[in-house]
This record gives sequence, structure tokens and C-alpha cells, in this order.
Amino acid sequence: MERTFLEWISYILQNYGSWFLRGTGVTLLISFLGTAVGFLIGLAFASIRSMPLPHNRIKKQLMKFVNFLITCYVEIFRGTPMMVQAIVMYFGMQEFMGINFSPTVAGIIIVSVNTGAYMVEVVRGGIDSIDMGQMEAAKSIGMSHWQAMIYVILPQTIRNILPATCNEFIINIKDTSVLNVISVTELFFVTKSVKGAIYRTYETFIVAAVIYFILTITITRIIRQLEKRIDGTKKFTPASSTMPIVFVKK
Amino acid sequence: MSKNIISIRSLKKSFGCNEILKGVNYEINEGDVACIIGPSGSGKSTFLRCINLLERPDSGEIIYEGKNVLAEEYNVNQYRSKVGMVFQQFNLFNNLNVLENCTVGPVKVLKKDPEESKKIAMKFLSQVQMSGFADAKPKQLSGGQKQRVAIARALTMNPKVLLFDEPTSALDPETVGEVLKVMKNLASLGLTMIIVTHEMAFAKDVSNKIAFMDGGVICEEGHPNEILVNPKNERTKNFLFRFIVGES
Repeated sequence: MERTFLEWISYILQNYGSWFLRGTGVTLLISFLGTAVGFLIGLAFASIRSMPLPHNRIKKQLMKFVNFLITCYVEIFRGTPMMVQAIVMYFGMQEFMGINFSPTVAGIIIVSVNTGAYMVEVVRGGIDSIDMGQMEAAKSIGMSHWQAMIYVILPQTIRNILPATCNEFIINIKDTSVLNVISVTELFFVTKSVKGAIYRTYETFIVAAVIYFILTITITRIIRQLEKRIDGTKKFTPASSTMPIVFVKK
Repeated sequence: MSKNIISIRSLKKSFGCNEILKGVNYEINEGDVACIIGPSGSGKSTFLRCINLLERPDSGEIIYEGKNVLAEEYNVNQYRSKVGMVFQQFNLFNNLNVLENCTVGPVKVLKKDPEESKKIAMKFLSQVQMSGFADAKPKQLSGGQKQRVAIARALTMNPKVLLFDEPTSALDPETVGEVLKVMKNLASLGLTMIIVTHEMAFAKDVSNKIAFMDGGVICEEGHPNEILVNPKNERTKNFLFRFIVGES
């Protein structure tokens, strides 16, 4: 019996819907956790990098060394493909360190450190974009560098880098597909399995494409709403008790 | 004689090979309202920023309550919490509302009780007539309103000295009045203030001493009547020419 395109789609959804659902779940889990942890890595490392160099010579050298390590991390993980990193880390850890992660856990770790490398640079740009006066005002009321970062600079930075973080999240949703090389059962891996079961490449991957698209467009909308909420309104209506100050001439 | 709060001795500061401060000596006593005037680029702002260590001086001494704040082991953050600063560009914390701007310092730096800090903050906000804007974000305020909040924020730290870095230069002529009025009130309450300003009439009205700065040194210092009406230094005379003609 020959099926039409739509019949194939409905056949796939009916028989393999739960597979796709599970794959989507794993993709979402890895990309969400990966983005979240990468975001935190970015905040932490970029904040360390933004610290002014101390006057003490030993502390200064130590600080420079830490900055150097962060630079190495960023360059190495940005400079190599995630697919290669996945293979090297997953099999490397098994072979040389005897650590046996489940593929999903390994996937989360790999996406996290990879995203972190990009986010360090994104956060650095975000911190640089905050007016110097904000840090000066924080210091002028006696805040330490870290207090100023936590209460003043980073909250503003986070707002400014939300669009870039959203980008990173979307890229992660799509790029987790490369984790199929270490047999993570994410959406792409599942799609390949379904294709293998029914020998219909085109229809199966159309289903995957639609799912990927729905995921990314939903996340874009959610983050846009979040930005709007943080921004608040432009106008403010004061409580009625406030009188305008009239300058009285002597 | 009133108690000395800050004495500054031969303060020097360079940016690269550009020497901005060439050995400034200055004394501030309790209750002083001291204005610093002078042409742009004379080092007034840098001097003020050095006092609160936003710029670290290259050499010299800043003695606060008998201790040199430039000593390596000195707790700079604690010193800064006692020497408030009001900026030309207001610099309210954009992520916090008006009330939070005024409580973040007392709560996080001075470790005061949040509820008590709110009460104190509201007291100062109503003093600058901004209590109705407690929930507003800085971007919802006008320049004059921002500056009044910035003054309230500095006051909540209960500072020993308040530094003003051209607080009205970014404001239009109408709102300048609101801010100057608030500052006049503070002066009458006996707060010690150092004000870098181009508002000569204001300086004459509120201050008890004026220093004229040019080329990285204090050229002339004295009572407003001496400096503004009857300056001795040639450079001061030239600078104040228009003001003196306008007055007489």
C-alpha cells in the first residue's frame, strides 16, 4: 500500500510520537541546563576578569595567572567544534580517567563548558557596556568590587545580554544534535532511529524540523517577554503628595 | 575653632605624562561649605575624585581623622562610606528603584536593618521632595529629580563630608534651581561639603570659603567676598571678570 506524505506523517506521529517526545525532552534538558550553567560560568569568569589588578605584587601575578587560565579556556573551547569536544571528552574520560558518565550527563557537561566559553565573552561585552559611573557611584558609597558587581553591575549586565543568551540557547537546542556521536538520545538521534525503523528519511526529518522550529520560536517569545517585564514602563505617576519645588528668590 | 576633618598635603596626580594635579594643599573643617572654582581642565574634578579615591593619587597625603588614607593597609571602602559623592551625571543605579537606591548602601555596606534603612531613606527622600517617587526607576525621572535622589542616596550613608562634582552642570537652568535649593538646605543644616561648581552666585551665597584652581594648583583661597569680589591673583581676576562686572 502506497501512503501519501501526510499519511506518512500521521503514521510516524501515531507510532513513534512517544520517541520524538522523549528525544525532545532530552534535547530541551541538555540545552536548558547547558545554557544555564554556561551562563553562570560566563558571569563568574567575566566578573573575575573585570577585577582591577591588586597593588600587591604576589596577588597581582596570581590574578594575571588566573586571567591567563580563563583566556586559555575560552580560546580552546571556542576554537574547536563541539562534536570533536564531545568525542574527545566522552571517550577520553572513559579511557584515561576511568570515569563513566551516562551519555546524557556527558552531553550536559559538554554543552555547559562550551556555552560557558562563549558566555565569558558575551558577559565581558555586557559589563563593558555599563556606564563607568555606575561602578564609581557604587564605590563612592563604600561598596567593594564584588558588592558593586552583585548589586549594581551584573543585574544591568544580565538584562543587556539577554538577547545574546537567547541566541546561545537557540544555538544549543540545534547543536545538541551533534551529541548523537556519543549516543545521547536527543531529538536528532531519535529521528535517525525512527528513520532506520521505517525507511522514510524525508518525512521523519520533516517532523524533527518542525519540532526544532517550535522549540526555538517558543523560547524566543518567552525571553522577549522576560525582557519587556524587566524593562517596565517608561512613565511613572508619582504619589500625589509630591509638590514641585519652586525656587524662591530671596 | 572647628575640628579639622580632612587635610590634603602636596597631592599629585598624572595621567600618563599629563600632570593634572601639581601638589595641592587643602584643609576641610567640620561644617565647612567649601567651593572649588576654576576653568575647565584645571584639575578640579580630578582633585575631588582623588579625595574620595576614585582616582588614586600618585603622591601626597590625605589625612582623615588623623590617618593617611593612602596607606596600603587603610580600609578604603570604609573611608568612602564616610565621604559621600554626588556626580555630575547623577549615576543612580539603573537597576534599582529610587528607594532601593537609597537603601542599598546602608543595608549592604553599613549592614543596617532593612526596615530602619527604609525609614531613614524615606526621611531624606521627603527632604529632597522625592518621597512620592520611591517606586520609580531612574529612567522615569528628569535630570533634576535624579540629582535630588542622588543627594538623598549620599545622605543615607550619614557621611562626614559630601563631595559635589559639578552637580548642576548637566541640568537645564530651571532644574538647576531645585538642586541648588536642596544643597542650600544641607548647608544650613551644617553638613560639611566640598562643591566643585560653575555657579558663582550660589558659591557666594552658601560657601564659607572658596578656592580658585588653575593648572593643577590652588591659586587663591579665602572667604567668598575676598575671592569673588576682590580677587588678588591675576589669573583669578581674569577668570572672574565677567562675574564681577555682572555683580557690580
